[in-house]
Amino acid sequence: MKEHELRALIDNVKDGKLTRRSFVNRMLALGLTAPMASQMLDFCGVARADTKFNYKPTKRGGGGALRLLWWQAPTLLNPHFATGTKDQDASRIFYEPLAGWDSDGNLVAALAAEIPSRENGGLAADGKSVTWKLKQGVKWHDGKPFTADDVVFNWEFSSDPETATVTSGSYKDVKVEKVDDFTVRILFDKPTPFWADAFVGTAGMIIPKHLFVDYKGAKSREAPTNLKPVGTGAFKFVDFKPGDMVRAEAFADYHIPNQPYFDTLEMKGGGDAVSAARAVLQTGEYDYAWNMQVEDAILKRLETGGKGEVHVVPGGNIEFIQLNSTDPWTEVDGERSSIKTKHPAFSDPAVRQAMMLLVDRKSVEDHIYGRTGVATANFLNNPERFNSKNTKYEFSVAKANELLDKAGWKKGADGIREKGGVKLKFVYQTSINAPRQKNQAIVKQAAQQAGIDLELKSVVASVFFSSDVANPDTYPKFYADIQMYTTTMSQPDPDRFMNQYCSWEVATKDNKWQGRNSSRFRNGEYDKLYKEAQGELDPVKRAALFIRMNDIVVGPENGTIIPVVYRPRAHSRSKTLRADVSGWDNDTWALARWYREA
Amino acid sequence: MAGSTLASPSAEAAAPAQQRAPTFSPTREAWRRFRRHKLAVISAFILGLMVLAILIGPLIWRIPINQIDFAATLQGPSWKHPFGTDDLGQDLLARMLYGGRISLAVGLAAMFVAIFVGTIIGAIAGMSRGWVGSALMWLTDLFLSLPQLPLLLLVIYLFRDTLKGTFGPEGGTFILIVIVIGGLRWMPVARLVRAQFLSLREKEFVEAARALGASKVRQVVRHILPNALGPVIVAGTIDVAAAIIAESTLSFLGLGFPPDIPTWGRLLFDAKDNLDFAPHWALFPGAAIFLTVLTINFIGDGLRDALDPRRVL
Repeated sequence: MKEHELRALIDNVKDGKLTRRSFVNRMLALGLTAPMASQMLDFCGVARADTKFNYKPTKRGGGGALRLLWWQAPTLLNPHFATGTKDQDASRIFYEPLAGWDSDGNLVAALAAEIPSRENGGLAADGKSVTWKLKQGVKWHDGKPFTADDVVFNWEFSSDPETATVTSGSYKDVKVEKVDDFTVRILFDKPTPFWADAFVGTAGMIIPKHLFVDYKGAKSREAPTNLKPVGTGAFKFVDFKPGDMVRAEAFADYHIPNQPYFDTLEMKGGGDAVSAARAVLQTGEYDYAWNMQVEDAILKRLETGGKGEVHVVPGGNIEFIQLNSTDPWTEVDGERSSIKTKHPAFSDPAVRQAMMLLVDRKSVEDHIYGRTGVATANFLNNPERFNSKNTKYEFSVAKANELLDKAGWKKGADGIREKGGVKLKFVYQTSINAPRQKNQAIVKQAAQQAGIDLELKSVVASVFFSSDVANPDTYPKFYADIQMYTTTMSQPDPDRFMNQYCSWEVATKDNKWQGRNSSRFRNGEYDKLYKEAQGELDPVKRAALFIRMNDIVVGPENGTIIPVVYRPRAHSRSKTLRADVSGWDNDTWALARWYREA
Repeated sequence: MAGSTLASPSAEAAAPAQQRAPTFSPTREAWRRFRRHKLAVISAFILGLMVLAILIGPLIWRIPINQIDFAATLQGPSWKHPFGTDDLGQDLLARMLYGGRISLAVGLAAMFVAIFVGTIIGAIAGMSRGWVGSALMWLTDLFLSLPQLPLLLLVIYLFRDTLKGTFGPEGGTFILIVIVIGGLRWMPVARLVRAQFLSLREKEFVEAARALGASKVRQVVRHILPNALGPVIVAGTIDVAAAIIAESTLSFLGLGFPPDIPTWGRLLFDAKDNLDFAPHWALFPGAAIFLTVLTINFIGDGLRDALDPRRVL
């Protein structure tokens, strides 16, 4: 569909000839959907539909206890210091952002009175500012009123480099000013197509100024409220044992009438994904378990227990394989995998293409992930409008062999190919997780048939995903030839997600391996496209730019990325629990609306 | 002195009877005693069978350990796959035979390291009368009080890459694990050996040897050590079991062998999620570890009986 056809359709929606929903459906059919489509409509000034969740209870409370099981336990409850989703999810029980993302990628107001749009004057025409109107009458759990000062304070708190927050990426490049007690304005220094980052979703939770004002800067980690949160959410704090248990109870003054339904809430942490699934699906000890990183066959068997069901919501997470562009076995200036080196084998496109042919994605989907992982050729899969249709994947040992033969990689006496003294022997690392080890085994077997020897390595997840500068086994260090993990997309917009291939984001010793580009992918065209997309206000053109970027990173000429399966977010929940879960926000983003039905 | 008093007439009368009993070499005597421990003999037979299976099994059962077959996942035992298959359709018998080599080799090698180090340190401490003995025992106490797991992690992080570079991923890991497990389990052996030495070195036969001019080394090797070996062997057999289990722990933490090397501990770990619907997957490696540990303990028990000179059988 061409750009002008799209615009005609959008005009139809404006005139009321086409409903919003049918527009979204048509975009879906075209492979460009939900969140993107609705953002297109927003941009063109079409009023957004209210997202409705069918909430039946007619009074607050009376629902008894809600028992959640997070198999990674939260360790602190300040959203600005939350490392990983576990801490974010636990913080979200108590704190709320101005708005969250629903499962279709639409914004839903929480502490905002309305979602900014062109009509209500919230979005500036030049794309350089957003004005948020705040909900009035909202109270913190200690009874103090919530005002614009709190919002502005969160920006000051998070953007202060001394505070060292993990959310600073969303705040450091913007300016926030208070317009009146219930209005704030975010100013960008250049036109910004994706404006819903600061104060929205996972990075947007608002903490109270009156309790944190003394703990801004270097003292931030000492705030007692880091462990005893006082928020605006539907549940207020009772008790927290880091690494084990969070307890909360319904907040009597919550700003939405009749919510929450549950009187108390407990979030138990620890264990592993399979036992968590069992506790919900088979024994029914818990109502909800997060992040079902379990082979589908096991989930299906547990579901026959009849106590619960597995639900899958679309999101942007992807399990993918990175081929190192740099040499992990040569140390330069105190670091391996330095960008001053080149990988001896992967610098040959034929070897990279052969590796792409040797990953049997269909089998990985069919025999490991099932409902929880869909084979894909793309790195960027969702929202649909960003999903490239130009790519395809194939599994063929014969073709890989042919390619390598042609490129001059000859099999040696041990059956391993080599050329010019370089052997195709690679170390393939990932975290310890049963589906990943099976995936490794499948790739290894195929590679063996093509004369490539893979040494498998698995690292405990808490080490692999840690940011410990001293540890050589973390994924940002990438001291291996090949590595595999899932990268999460926390917003229905690829702006943050796709910066992990920009050359300035490369993880190096200089930035203490904090750069997001762990694969060390570097490509001038990619960098240019990314910069262009950052300033492109037209969502249709912007989508095209992101699709082009995706095609470069997974493409045969320059690509070093092998997407394996796109992973929708899966969770287990009790059959009686009605939960509103979104793939674009924390699992706990709408806890206030959860209820039970017999 | 008791030795100078005349023996009683009754004792003298008994002496000829003892002389009439057939005399055996110490080895033969030990074997005779060992044979009387029924469980030990049966255990030795079973363990021998397992070792034999592991050594020649892969030559007969020729299915590759990593042959993936999605058409045959999680199958129970059948003629085609006597031990069934795992969730990738890999043949469990082939994997167990291969993994058994590693598990048993790790167990036995770690035991030898532990016994070797423990005996040397215990012997030196037991023989020396000055500060050396106390210093060595302090060292032993120090090692006993070390937290093992963090230390293991540290050692592995420090030396893994060097060893892997020199001996390859499997060989390097093997050496590392054997040294680390053996190196952290010698302390009980050292204490046992020292205690034995302290009492044995004062015995008359050692005094006699010393009086005849035997060097310290000769006293230890010819006279004291053979008499001290009984408890050491028992401690050693327990170490085999501990080493097999420790290797599983390390593999579980991702610090042992690469994940595609099916040691028994690894097989058990992989099987745990499927325990309720594919019990065969866990039962076979579990039974193998169980049998190995049990038989080795019985054999150790039998050996102690056989080698203890003070025990009358």
